[in-house]
Amino acid sequence: MNAPLVEARGLTKRFGDFVAVDDLDVTVQPGEAFGFLGPNGAGKSSTMRMIAAVSPPTSGHLRVLGLDPMRDGPAIRARLGVVPQEDNLDLELTVRENLVIYGRYFDLPRDRARARAEELLEFVQLADRADSQVEPLSGGMKRRLTIARGLVNEPDLLLLDEPTTGLDPQARHALWDRLYRLKQRGTSLIITTHYMDEAEQLCDRLVIMDRGRIVAEGAPTALIAENVPREVLELRFAVDGQQGAVERLDGVARRIEVLADRMLLYTDDADATADEVHERGVVPEAVVRRRATLEDVFLRLTGRTLVD
Amino acid sequence: MSAVTTIWGDGRLRGALRVLESEWTGYRRTWRGSVVSTFLTPILYLSAMGLGLGTLVDRGAGTAHLEVGYLAFLAPGLLAASAMQTGAGDAAWPVMAGIKWRGTFNAVLATPITVRDLVLGHLGWVTFRLALMGTWYAVVIHLFGVAPIGRTLLAVLPAILVGLAFSGPILAYTATVEDAQGLTNLFRFGLVPLFLFSGTFFPIEQLPDAVQPLAVITPLWHGAELVRSTVLGWSPAWPWWAHVAVLLGFLVVGTTLAIRQLQRRLKP
Repeated sequence: MNAPLVEARGLTKRFGDFVAVDDLDVTVQPGEAFGFLGPNGAGKSSTMRMIAAVSPPTSGHLRVLGLDPMRDGPAIRARLGVVPQEDNLDLELTVRENLVIYGRYFDLPRDRARARAEELLEFVQLADRADSQVEPLSGGMKRRLTIARGLVNEPDLLLLDEPTTGLDPQARHALWDRLYRLKQRGTSLIITTHYMDEAEQLCDRLVIMDRGRIVAEGAPTALIAENVPREVLELRFAVDGQQGAVERLDGVARRIEVLADRMLLYTDDADATADEVHERGVVPEAVVRRRATLEDVFLRLTGRTLVD
Repeated sequence: MSAVTTIWGDGRLRGALRVLESEWTGYRRTWRGSVVSTFLTPILYLSAMGLGLGTLVDRGAGTAHLEVGYLAFLAPGLLAASAMQTGAGDAAWPVMAGIKWRGTFNAVLATPITVRDLVLGHLGWVTFRLALMGTWYAVVIHLFGVAPIGRTLLAVLPAILVGLAFSGPILAYTATVEDAQGLTNLFRFGLVPLFLFSGTFFPIEQLPDAVQPLAVITPLWHGAELVRSTVLGWSPAWPWWAHVAVLLGFLVVGTTLAIRQLQRRLKP
């Protein structure tokens, strides 16, 4: 199959006067793990809901799996897996029943739905909780169950909206591991996230969104290479210490971002820049050397941070 | 016409049956929570109001006016009113949970299931609940000696229709309100007055003349007339088909609105 999974041209979504998605052009190919990265309110979820054929576009061209979401909604949804931002599992059902019943919505025969549930519980490591109620599960377990539910129909494309928001680091890594395995098996993924590390870990290609528009597009490493120097030196100062330092550090790095709580010095060699800072007599409370990330790309392109 | 066709879809019921199956699966886990109140409610009401209060009514001018004992007058009215409460309640709280509190409707609508399937499936489920509740009510009414079991069981059919005539429009209403307050208001200012003044406890002829037309436009009065005439072998106030037509009208218009409102709410 060579046709794109998703093809959007001039895709726009308005709610009254508010433009949630503004003239979006996006193509997602089979086998890709594609990301929408941006802060809350960037229009990622609205875009996802249009792709998921549960929200009609206001204008523009949109094809999902080669079909028109306005006309062929049920046929598209039959081949999609959806993992929503909020867990909306059925609390009246057990873990297993949640999967079996969901399979029935896709018209799987009963025995096939049951067999599929067993497979998926194994895959998301919840087999030992199959007959448990949903409520007592941890946040990470619920999210894994929601992912299993999204896979019940063996979808051609899995949509994940903020898959790890609200999870602790351990649960996030467990989830990333499962998603990585899915990717290896050739499942196409579309992920929205406001975590740059998540986008870097999981996405082959992504767009950075801000206020309904795409501000950059490409592979994570390429986006970083194109937009920011390789390394970053972060300086934190005591209260009121930052003010004077800004002037004294003029020209010390290729670019300097002054945030409320710290300064970011963009440079090709963080060690050399750190020495230079020291020579100019500036003494921060803390110094962190790190590689540039998508967070820095976002800051560069929009002047704002991803997570407030 | 084409808008109506779109709302009602292609007429297939497979999706609605899947929704029904899901409700049934959940019910098998939760039925214990409601069984005691379903079991006791008709017995308590008929004892307290039918036997207790009824004895006083029958000693007064009641029997001459009602043509039957108060218990026999009241029992079918209560069946209709209980159907109203079940139909209304099931279109309110669980639907709000699906839309908002638990978001389960969004999960269902991410599959090939459509809003139409969801609404018809839910109404199918309400029908089952009404049949269950109504049948038990019919048995109790018979055991209280009001009418032969054949008549009380037959009256379950109009009772189901009463419940559905409330379910459709209230589902549409639930789709438009933000939270529980909107639902509480509906019950407090809408359904409780209906329960009290629509011919359940006394004939609407007892109401002031100015208010009587109000009772006539409510589905409960039509339902009470149908159920009562079925149980007691009376002729209803209007021809029976006219009462049925009014109730069906509420059901069809309500369901159409419910599909449209839920579509707006859940697929903006």
